[in-house]
Amino acid sequence: MPGVNHYLLLALLLFGIGVAGVLVRRNMLVVLMSIELMLNAVNLLLVSFSHFNGNLAGQAFAFFSMTVAAAEVAVGLSIVVLIYRWLGATDIDGLRLFRH
Amino acid sequence: MTQGNEFGLYLALIPLLPLAGAVLNGLFGRYTSARVSGLFASAAIGASFVLALLLFFRLGELPPEARSISVSYVDWIRAGGLQLDWQLLLDPLSMVYALFVSGVATLIHVYSIGYMAKEPCFARYFAYLNLFCFSMLILVLGGNYLVMFLGWEGVGLCSYLLIGFWFGDREKASAGKKAFIVNRIGDFGFLLALFLLFSQLGTLDYGGVFSEIGGYPQGHWLPTAAALLLFLGAVGKSAQIPLYVWLPDAMAGPTPVSALIHAATMVTAGIYMIGRSHAIYTLAPEALLVVAVVGALTALFAATIGLAQNDIKKVLAYSTVSQLGYMFLGMGVGAYTAGLFHVLTHAFFKALLFLGAGAVIHALHHVYHEVGEHHRDAQDMRNMGGLRRRLPVTYWTFLAATLAIAGFPPFAGFFSKDEILWQAFNTGHWPLWLMGLLAAGLTSFYMFRLLFMTFHGTYRGREGEERHFRENPPSILLPLVLLAVLSMVAGFWGLPHFLDFAHLGNRFDDYLAPVFHAGTDLHFQQELVTHGSAALEWLLALLAVGVAVAGLLAARRMYLADPALPGRLAQRHPKLYDRLLNKWYVDELYERVVVKPVRALCDFFWHHVDELVIDGLVNGLARACKEGGNLVRRLQSGRLPQYLAAMALGLTAILGWIFYL
Repeated sequence: MPGVNHYLLLALLLFGIGVAGVLVRRNMLVVLMSIELMLNAVNLLLVSFSHFNGNLAGQAFAFFSMTVAAAEVAVGLSIVVLIYRWLGATDIDGLRLFRH
Repeated sequence: MTQGNEFGLYLALIPLLPLAGAVLNGLFGRYTSARVSGLFASAAIGASFVLALLLFFRLGELPPEARSISVSYVDWIRAGGLQLDWQLLLDPLSMVYALFVSGVATLIHVYSIGYMAKEPCFARYFAYLNLFCFSMLILVLGGNYLVMFLGWEGVGLCSYLLIGFWFGDREKASAGKKAFIVNRIGDFGFLLALFLLFSQLGTLDYGGVFSEIGGYPQGHWLPTAAALLLFLGAVGKSAQIPLYVWLPDAMAGPTPVSALIHAATMVTAGIYMIGRSHAIYTLAPEALLVVAVVGALTALFAATIGLAQNDIKKVLAYSTVSQLGYMFLGMGVGAYTAGLFHVLTHAFFKALLFLGAGAVIHALHHVYHEVGEHHRDAQDMRNMGGLRRRLPVTYWTFLAATLAIAGFPPFAGFFSKDEILWQAFNTGHWPLWLMGLLAAGLTSFYMFRLLFMTFHGTYRGREGEERHFRENPPSILLPLVLLAVLSMVAGFWGLPHFLDFAHLGNRFDDYLAPVFHAGTDLHFQQELVTHGSAALEWLLALLAVGVAVAGLLAARRMYLADPALPGRLAQRHPKLYDRLLNKWYVDELYERVVVKPVRALCDFFWHHVDELVIDGLVNGLARACKEGGNLVRRLQSGRLPQYLAAMALGLTAILGWIFYL
């Protein structure tokens, strides 16, 4: 029977993979996916703490989080599409506008 | 001192009227005609003179011991122990100065209307002239040392402005600078004296300083140091050795300016200051001796230079330096009233000499203008001669002034100069007396040389120029005549007692008595007056006149009877003549000893301290910022992953710090 620590470990792994993906990958879509991964690691934490503490508020909060994430992904993807139209690529290194 | 409110208004108006004239002429003079601004300026100073005259009579109604009226108008400085007011002081000393300053200044203003008639910057000239009168009257009427210092600096500024009046000419502009810088050296001494007096006595008010310093014994270091520092100021302002070099160069200014500032009034400010501070000087016999020696040396030294100059104004300039030396000799032997009497008479005859020289220059300018040669030197006496017939009024007034300065009785200069020499001899300073006597002979010689070269003999200019000569306009001649009358009669105000057959007494001495005979120096003065016999005084006076006659005869022989003689003498003593002609090379000496080292020091500070250290610091700071920016700039790559990585790293670090430390 897995305890709360197993879930914590899993969430940590997922978050770590997400961070690594954001930092390392160049493709914007993959970066976006990695961000989703980090978000879901947190969702997992919410749900597992909710379950083990017997408090349903955490699970309700996870639903909110998923809804907001869906909206966020919609915005993020549309930005990526626009960037693709403008640059003709989805390589994140092509974006160096912060320099100016 | 009494508080005299009835006097207060008039007293304040005396300096304020010329100030108002200066401000109005300075601001609006350009919109009026030359004649209007000239008349306006003359009216301003003339009104001051009338007020001074009025106060003179009002002051005369008071009993002698009450003739010291100090009026405080407004607070000036209230800082800690320093309490100073705008304060004016009217006593016989400042009264005499205010009278002759405003009187002579009025005449010179009137003269200037005619003399400067063709000058485009007429209003500027009169604004400066009025500003000078304001400063000079503030100097002499000031009721404490700081007000006096204000006037002292003011006259220095106006002197600079007026010497460099034709600043388009580089030489004239630098003459103004020279005067200002040399004066600054003296002013530095004056300022140090004020600091010393304030730090030791805690006041700069005349009454306060003199009563405080009266508590010190004679010969104490404080009065001695204060007297010597004040004297340094006087040496600068009144052109004594070693700071006299600016005065001959100051002749670059317009001639009326030379008459007013550099002969009659400003240069005598040093004598006024010593007279005003006599309570300090009387306690410092060593300082007085220094004053006397410097005065006698200057009188003799400047007279020797005057012998060989060919520029009419240069001769008069050295003569002024020499006469100022006499005044300091008088002050230095403790005969304050004698020194001040010479100030008064000198103001009349020296102003007259300068104005007369100006009249000659003006007439020559006119001639050169007529024949179309504008750039000929109108001041060189070698091109003059025989002007007696062409400029008769100028000649006769000039003759009166020459007789006065040479010391012929009964002209004014005889009485004052004789009084100084007599007091010098009487107080036991016979070497100084001898120098003064010698200088008197030289004075007589160079003045008659000037007179003969200018007015006698035959005209030495070009053929046919003579008919263009025209006597000057009335605005020039009127001041000459009035000053000539004063040069003849002013001496009788201070009749020496051996000539006093009607027992009138020395009126000038009596008039100033409340200033000088009160308090500490009473016994000193009594010693002066009572000692000495009338027979001795007769003898010395005859000797002085004899020396003057000898000077006259020598000049007559050399410049009228045998005009080739000076050339032969110069050939026989080429070295001596060369030294006299070149003013003993003092300017060259100063150039080498003072100016060059100062310039080298300035170069050092410029190239090494300023350019290397200060510019290095400033530029170095700028370069450090630039290099630092270049270094940090690389971080701003614009790469998103880098930023993210930095963010993640930073976040981790912060979290780690929060949780584990």
